[in-house]
Amino acid sequence: MARIVLDRVSKAYPNGHIASRDLELEIADGEFLVLVGPSGCGKSTALRLIAGLETPTSGRVLIGERDVTGLPPQDRDVAMVFQSYALYPHMTVRENLAFGLRIRKMTRDEIDRRVEPVAGILGLASVMDRKPAHLSGGQRQRVALGRALVREPQAFLFDEPLSNLDAKLRIETRAELARLHKRLGATMVYVTHDQEEAMTLGDRVAVLKDGLLQQVAPPMELYRRPVNRFVAGFIGSPAMNFFEGALERSGTGWRFCGRDSSVSLALPAELLPAGEARPDGGTTLGIRPPDVRLDPTGRSSGWPARVSVVEPIGSTQIVHCALDGDDPSALIAVVPAELHLEEDSTVGVEFPPEAIHLFRSEDGARLQARPAE
Amino acid sequence: MSSRTRPLAVGALGLLVAAIAFPFYWAVVASLTPEATLFRAPSLWPREIIFDHYRALFDERAFWLPIRNSLIVAGLTTIFCVAVGSFAAYAIARLRFRGQSAILGFILAVTMFPQISIVSPLYLMLRALGLINTFPGLILPYMTFAMPLTVWLLVGFFRQLPRDLEEAAFMDGASRWQTFVRVMLPLATPGLATTGILTFIYCWNEFLFALSFTLGPERQTVPVAIALFRGQYQVPWGEILAAAVIATAPVAALVLAFQRRIVQGLTAGAVKG
Repeated sequence: MARIVLDRVSKAYPNGHIASRDLELEIADGEFLVLVGPSGCGKSTALRLIAGLETPTSGRVLIGERDVTGLPPQDRDVAMVFQSYALYPHMTVRENLAFGLRIRKMTRDEIDRRVEPVAGILGLASVMDRKPAHLSGGQRQRVALGRALVREPQAFLFDEPLSNLDAKLRIETRAELARLHKRLGATMVYVTHDQEEAMTLGDRVAVLKDGLLQQVAPPMELYRRPVNRFVAGFIGSPAMNFFEGALERSGTGWRFCGRDSSVSLALPAELLPAGEARPDGGTTLGIRPPDVRLDPTGRSSGWPARVSVVEPIGSTQIVHCALDGDDPSALIAVVPAELHLEEDSTVGVEFPPEAIHLFRSEDGARLQARPAE
Repeated sequence: MSSRTRPLAVGALGLLVAAIAFPFYWAVVASLTPEATLFRAPSLWPREIIFDHYRALFDERAFWLPIRNSLIVAGLTTIFCVAVGSFAAYAIARLRFRGQSAILGFILAVTMFPQISIVSPLYLMLRALGLINTFPGLILPYMTFAMPLTVWLLVGFFRQLPRDLEEAAFMDGASRWQTFVRVMLPLATPGLATTGILTFIYCWNEFLFALSFTLGPERQTVPVAIALFRGQYQVPWGEILAAAVIATAPVAALVLAFQRRIVQGLTAGAVKG
């Protein structure tokens, strides 16, 4: 097992597309790091740079203490699980698992010693002589995983390995992966576009956008203290509500006045550290749907909103509200299922100040220095 | 397909099969009919079956000699073409290098020359090399048209194979060569089989080069031998047709034996992880 370092790695493709810009990332020995972002953000490229399937335009890649920048994938001793599984269709499950070991000229005994336990762990013992075409999706996924496990490599790389599974199997396999990581204590790098997968699996999560690393932090810190508006909007579901406006001094504290909406509220001075320059280009206020308070009696100190849609999802319900504009989903709240809300009724909205995130509008950077807790 | 269009489709299919198979059937019937009755009122059924033409073919004309020659020439050409062509095709399909499309275009351009236009230069070259009337003297020129065909077909097959498979093999530690031999080639077998058969058929049927570059019966291939059956005063139609039937047999057998593979090859994309 080994740590992996991406040292100012950039990758530009011949067609001019820049998939990675000065990527600086250190993955500790035994860490489960998730790379997440929308499609085209460069997360797969980052993984392929570690794998050696792409060579960086500049920068270095280190695995263990070794500089592997110029080494082909064969010499890097890392294993990869592909989104398509990429099982060898003409080989049986056993042959698929053993392929990497055979290439390394291991003896038959050694191969068996490694393949059998892995097949056992993954529940593949009964299908060892089948070809991939005769396996279920879940089994194929396990074979792909097994092929990486038997190798006992320095690190495991996963490229959206769960995206071809149905919802139930995906959640099961996700838990299994987490257990596997705990058990092996291996360095794992995992790429996904699904923020929920990223949050549940990662020791730390790296959010990428347009080839740029936005933030790398433990999942809950990403959730509580996103460094910019992009991360704030990407992590968490339903996504954070954003309102454009301006901050003004108001007595000892601040007042946020919405530009296109009636959102207007006083914020305590502690929210922004003293002396923090007032942003000129405007401010974006963000609040997560579960933090929004709705008062069906409409008598609270907040401002009014019209309930446009209520989506019950069991223990909670997702409420879409219109503020004074036309957008029927200008504000989304997640409230307990017990709260009785009529569609088309008017409710009072309150934003608890401690749950508020403030971003500079022009570049989306976070304004608060302290976590909003 | 709805129940109303079905009989129509079956009828069309039957007509097509009849149109393709009838000439062959006609040849078989004629080859079994005595020379004397061949030009009387034709009959769909052989009125009297004789094997004289086939016997004459082997007893008097030593027809096994051109068959052997054809097998050697077509077989070796096919083996060379598929072996060398698969490397070339893999390289073109998968490696990134300068002038890739130019090379592929050039390979195609080679097949555009009418055969007749290169017979004379080829003859001179082969004579200079002392290869006239030898097997290599046929195999080498055959490669000029068989190789482009092989490469073109195989490039298509290799391109269809998912890139992930190759990368998975790299990650498993396999070198390019190991990946090619142990992963890509086995997956391309349907393609190799299809290509091989098509190449074989082309070479088996080739006439112009075979006529031009051989001198005597010891190196003549089947089509040439059949064409030369024609005597000064008569055309032995019975024997010619018997020979034609025999010449068709191995090709038909090949296609039937590999039918499944060919269909697989033509409908490829069946290669899924």
